[in-house]
Amino acid sequence: MKEISSAIQIIPLDYYIVLSGTLFSIGLMGVLFRRNIIAILMCIELMFNSVNLLLTAFSAYHSDPAGQVFVFFIMIVAAAEVAVGLSIVVMMKRNVESVDINLLNRLKW
Amino acid sequence: MVGAITFINLAWLVPVFPLLGFLIIGFSGKGLMHNMAGIIGSSTILLSFLYTATLFFVMKSSGQDSATITLFNWIAIGSMNIPFAFLIDHLSLTMMLVITGVGTLIHIYSIGYMHHDERVNTFFAQMNLFTFSMLLLVMGANYLVLFIGWEGVGLCSYLLIGFWFKNPAYNYAARKAFIINRIGDLGFILGIILLFFTFKTVTFSEVFAQAASFPTGTTVITLITILLLVGAVGKSAQIPLFTWLPDAMAGPTPVSALIHAATMVTAGIYMIARSSILYNLAPITLNIIIGIGLATALMAAIIGLKQNDIKKVLAYSTVSQLGYMFLALGLGAYSTAVFHVTTHAFFKALLFLGAGSVIHAMGGEQDIMKMGGLKSKMPITYWTFLAATLAISGIPPFSGFFSKDLILNKAFEHNIILYILALGGALITCFYMFRLLYLVFFGEQRLTNAHPHESPQAMTIPLIVLAVLSVFGGFLNVPSLFGGNSNFGSFLQSATTSLSMEEMSHSTETILILVSLALLGLVIYFAYSTFVTRSSVPKADSEPMSFFGKVVYNKFYIDEIYDALFEKPLGFLSDFFFNKVENAVLDPAVDGIGTLTARFGTLVRKLQQGNMSFYLFAMVAGILLFIIFILII
Repeated sequence: MKEISSAIQIIPLDYYIVLSGTLFSIGLMGVLFRRNIIAILMCIELMFNSVNLLLTAFSAYHSDPAGQVFVFFIMIVAAAEVAVGLSIVVMMKRNVESVDINLLNRLKW
Repeated sequence: MVGAITFINLAWLVPVFPLLGFLIIGFSGKGLMHNMAGIIGSSTILLSFLYTATLFFVMKSSGQDSATITLFNWIAIGSMNIPFAFLIDHLSLTMMLVITGVGTLIHIYSIGYMHHDERVNTFFAQMNLFTFSMLLLVMGANYLVLFIGWEGVGLCSYLLIGFWFKNPAYNYAARKAFIINRIGDLGFILGIILLFFTFKTVTFSEVFAQAASFPTGTTVITLITILLLVGAVGKSAQIPLFTWLPDAMAGPTPVSALIHAATMVTAGIYMIARSSILYNLAPITLNIIIGIGLATALMAAIIGLKQNDIKKVLAYSTVSQLGYMFLALGLGAYSTAVFHVTTHAFFKALLFLGAGSVIHAMGGEQDIMKMGGLKSKMPITYWTFLAATLAISGIPPFSGFFSKDLILNKAFEHNIILYILALGGALITCFYMFRLLYLVFFGEQRLTNAHPHESPQAMTIPLIVLAVLSVFGGFLNVPSLFGGNSNFGSFLQSATTSLSMEEMSHSTETILILVSLALLGLVIYFAYSTFVTRSSVPKADSEPMSFFGKVVYNKFYIDEIYDALFEKPLGFLSDFFFNKVENAVLDPAVDGIGTLTARFGTLVRKLQQGNMSFYLFAMVAGILLFIIFILII
């Protein structure tokens, strides 16, 4: 544990912040502009993981394990979320023969 | 002895009989055989009467002055504990005897009178309920049980006054009676609430025991007594709430008899006599009662002079006599008031039943200007009516003489002006009663197409019994002047505490009686010469009258004044609120809120187009805005 923390601290904190900010923005843009629902799900995962990375980094720098515990929780929740999301995708593919989210506007009423 | 106690403890049966009668007749509907309703209805009241009479003698022989019969604990909240209990003492016994005794006669009479009515079952059911409520009223051992009976008689009077509900005017009269009674009831219930807050109990005995520690003239006691008085004024038809009673003539005549003689209007007198200990502590209230009583007695008597409807004359005479009872109450002579209630019950029931007999014979005609000459056609009705007229006029030895003379004496002891006014009222009473008698029974028959005949036995027998009571009822309370010992007054002494007054000397009393007798004789002669000797008696209504005559004929325009004072402004207010506030402001405001919501809805629903990427964009934009907002603050 000690070694991992010191290994993380080799790289300055700013780098982590910039990296995870970039990853988060990429994910956000993907969510906003992609129409493929699978890509959107993947982008959401990307946003999750950028946040996880940041949490881990701060946890190491602050010597507070709570941040890393939190990451585990997020991973578990994300796994569940992916399971649900992918099953929706499967159902969508079966029903409309497409993964384009704009076809879902038929759900409005 | 054990038997006597059991018998007294079963006194709750007295009101139960009429209640049973009400339930049996009321729920058997049309399945009841003809005339059965009347027989059941009369026999239940008769049973109550017999029970009460036996009770009277049992109590007398066992030497018990009062008994409280607790049926069950009615309201128990925290320290508040109100039992459903009956109080049997000399006052309630007297009232019970009057109610059930006169009630029985009226019920029997109704069998004959209501013979042809299709809703005779309903009639008897409601009459029984009426008697039940009144018995509850006089037997209750606390103000709350009294109040149930109080409201019960109000309801029953509404039902019975509006018995012939197909006539809108009768419905109006019933509503009027109910509403005016409600005004009084409001004061009454406020009085009970204040009483409860003052004494923490509403049971008579406990209230009166505690009241003894209050000094005379305490504000709270005065307030309580005034509030209770408001209730009594409404129920006993005194100024200013008397207008319902003459209109209550809309009901069948036996109902009028029941309302005027046995039940309902005597409730107020009873209540004040019952609360005599409280009233003794409030001299201000007593003076108010004197004022109200005297004003009512005079005013109603004057109105009675000009009425042409046989029942209206009697109605105003009741109002006037009730005024005398109030006068007696105000003078602190509670037992005298109750004595007048008793004798009045006899002769007023007789007058009404006699009037009913006349109306029955005339085929529904009530205008005395169209009657006349019935003396030979209806001898029993005539003689009994004469007895009642003599009694109400206060001619010795008829019952009214003893009670009215006692009231006049009390007035004389109090104040000579009071006496003169009260005597004047009595003379007016005498005049309009003889006017009624002469116009109805003497002279020529003026309605040519009617064939009057004597009424059936079911109607004449109660008349005869009541006539006997009217003639001899006064001997219950023979004053010491005539060698009696005021039995009635001393009988009530244990239940009411009259204000003590110095006894007047026998010579003064004799002079007073002689003066009033001489004046009464003059009045009767004057009435005779006006209405019998001169043959041009019946004047058409259209004939011009003097200003005063017109005012009296129109009952001092009291109804019109109330109409202008209360009904018109209230009507105007409700019109204003309906048209200007409700329709112009409130309705548009409420509608506007609805329209606004709908408009806004049509506007925002355009956002909901189902485009997922737009939703996502909106979400992200929202979160960004949120973050910016937080950063700025």
